[in-house]
Amino acid sequence: MIDTVNPIIAPENLIYAKSEVLLDNIMHYCPGCSHGVVNKLIAEVIEDMGIQQTTIGIAPVGCAVFAYNYLDIDWQEASHGRAPAVATGVKRLLPDTFVFSYQGDGDLAAIGTAETIHACNRGENIVMVFVNNGIYGMTGGQMAPTTLPGMQSSTCPFGREASRDGHPLKITELLAQLPGTSYVTRQAVHTAASVRKTKKALRLAFENQKLNKGTSVIEVVATCSSGWKMTPVQANKWMEENMFAYYPLGDMKNE
Amino acid sequence: MKEIKLMKGNEAIAEAAIRCGADGYFGYPITPQSEVMETLMALKPWETTGMVVLQAESEIASINMVYGGAGCGKKVLTSSSSPGVSLMQEGLTYLAGAELPCVVVNVVRGGPGLGTIQPAQSDYFQAVKGGGHGDYKLIVLAPASVQEMADFVDLAFDLAFKYRNPAFILTDGVIGQMMEKVELAPFKPRWTNEEIEKNHPWATMGKKQRKERNVITSVELDPYKHEDLNKKLQAKYRLIQETEVRLEMIACEDADYLLVAYGASARICEKAVEVARSKGIKVGLLRPITLFPFPTLEIKRLAAQVKGILSVEMSAGQMVEDVRLAANGVVRVEHFGRLGGIIHSPSEVVEALENFFLKA
Repeated sequence: MIDTVNPIIAPENLIYAKSEVLLDNIMHYCPGCSHGVVNKLIAEVIEDMGIQQTTIGIAPVGCAVFAYNYLDIDWQEASHGRAPAVATGVKRLLPDTFVFSYQGDGDLAAIGTAETIHACNRGENIVMVFVNNGIYGMTGGQMAPTTLPGMQSSTCPFGREASRDGHPLKITELLAQLPGTSYVTRQAVHTAASVRKTKKALRLAFENQKLNKGTSVIEVVATCSSGWKMTPVQANKWMEENMFAYYPLGDMKNE
Repeated sequence: MKEIKLMKGNEAIAEAAIRCGADGYFGYPITPQSEVMETLMALKPWETTGMVVLQAESEIASINMVYGGAGCGKKVLTSSSSPGVSLMQEGLTYLAGAELPCVVVNVVRGGPGLGTIQPAQSDYFQAVKGGGHGDYKLIVLAPASVQEMADFVDLAFDLAFKYRNPAFILTDGVIGQMMEKVELAPFKPRWTNEEIEKNHPWATMGKKQRKERNVITSVELDPYKHEDLNKKLQAKYRLIQETEVRLEMIACEDADYLLVAYGASARICEKAVEVARSKGIKVGLLRPITLFPFPTLEIKRLAAQVKGILSVEMSAGQMVEDVRLAANGVVRVEHFGRLGGIIHSPSEVVEALENFFLKA
């Protein structure tokens, strides 16, 4: 096998290489999870822009708690939901660096709602990457603020009922209303085309930071095969049919 | 030439922060300490030293902004009062766990709950015993004058960076609000980014030319490694206990009875010592300046000399537990203090001393 592969590994045949910003550590994400792709895209954008030496990432509590093991940049690990406040402290004191928070739905839209809204409202010059899979993956599949109506989780085993559990929070739409945000978009990473679009969105967000344009929010609607109890293929299909209906993809604001 | 000003304790904190080269202040208004941020905003240090001052949306956000700044090796501080400091406990345990230096000021008011805006010393346990989850300690300084409010900001930053640990200024509404003359320290320049990179190589300032990335974190899922991390923290706290005890002793040489008090209570007890001695009772005062590390050895030594120890605090009796541990049963230790925002008078202190120790 190796003998047949090796001869074709030549520079002229190379169409893809792992980003130098990505470390060799084995990712802890489950098979079919979207996080790995989003981590990779951020690494590629950082490499493409040549900002590896000046970027500081803020990791959340949740599935991406160990994101700092995958990207070869400086990181701070925040407490649950507080990444936007931590990012504020970093960016205000080191305005010449690139700062991004990387957060899931529980982190950004439940426990950290106040920090999220106020960082955006101040127009903190940061990038917020929001991975929305509608469930708490790390803790074992509990209901998230973005869990869809009727969707089952370990804390709403018979499905989310708005009358009891409240409604799924469209926080990204809310953030787009704030004058402090300059670019707010919702993307996905389940097809080659959507991956390219998300990379473009991330690039624009980091370019905005260079231009001091305020907060850029990139939501990525994501799958959680483990939490949803589906195969990765089923999860992609379920996401397209159900998540996209409630969380439509596209730019909400681009100023 | 000396620069002397008449100012409130809270104003002194603000003035001292700018002068000692602080890089950032993040806070949220709460009585009786709002003058700290008000003074900073009025002085506009961002136009002179470049210091950042930001009003956050909550104390939770303030302490996490402090975490972010501290992780970059910057000299950052926040201040609040009791209910606000309760909200900061999560941030404080993360700061201690990630070994980040910063300064946090608590101008204590009466609790529990919303309590009162009047002065109290009822947050001793929270400050000295950790306060948040996990085994950790804050370095706790207790100023007893407006001069010390000013001086201890610089000292707190020195200790915080020396040990990579949050330093806490535990004061109260009396010291925060009262006006006294202060000799202000000369301005120290803020550290340059190059100085921070050189002196604090752990700071996250962007990877630059470093081979290894820097990660500020307190999580470690391997229990054996996490036990080692905890042991390292405990060794640091022991070193602080051995090295950094600060205290003041007044009239202790010939004392038959000892008062132990910090902050505003210590000021009251200074007068109580005079009142008692005018009545012929030989009383001394030990004032802990550091509450962690606590002056255990000095109290132990005096316990062998005196006939009784009275711990005086504006609380139901918190520091008294540490005084009892230090005295270790050698001599009787009692507590006296008013509650809920009431400040005891010197004569009340002397009366309590007499009632406990001099009446048959």
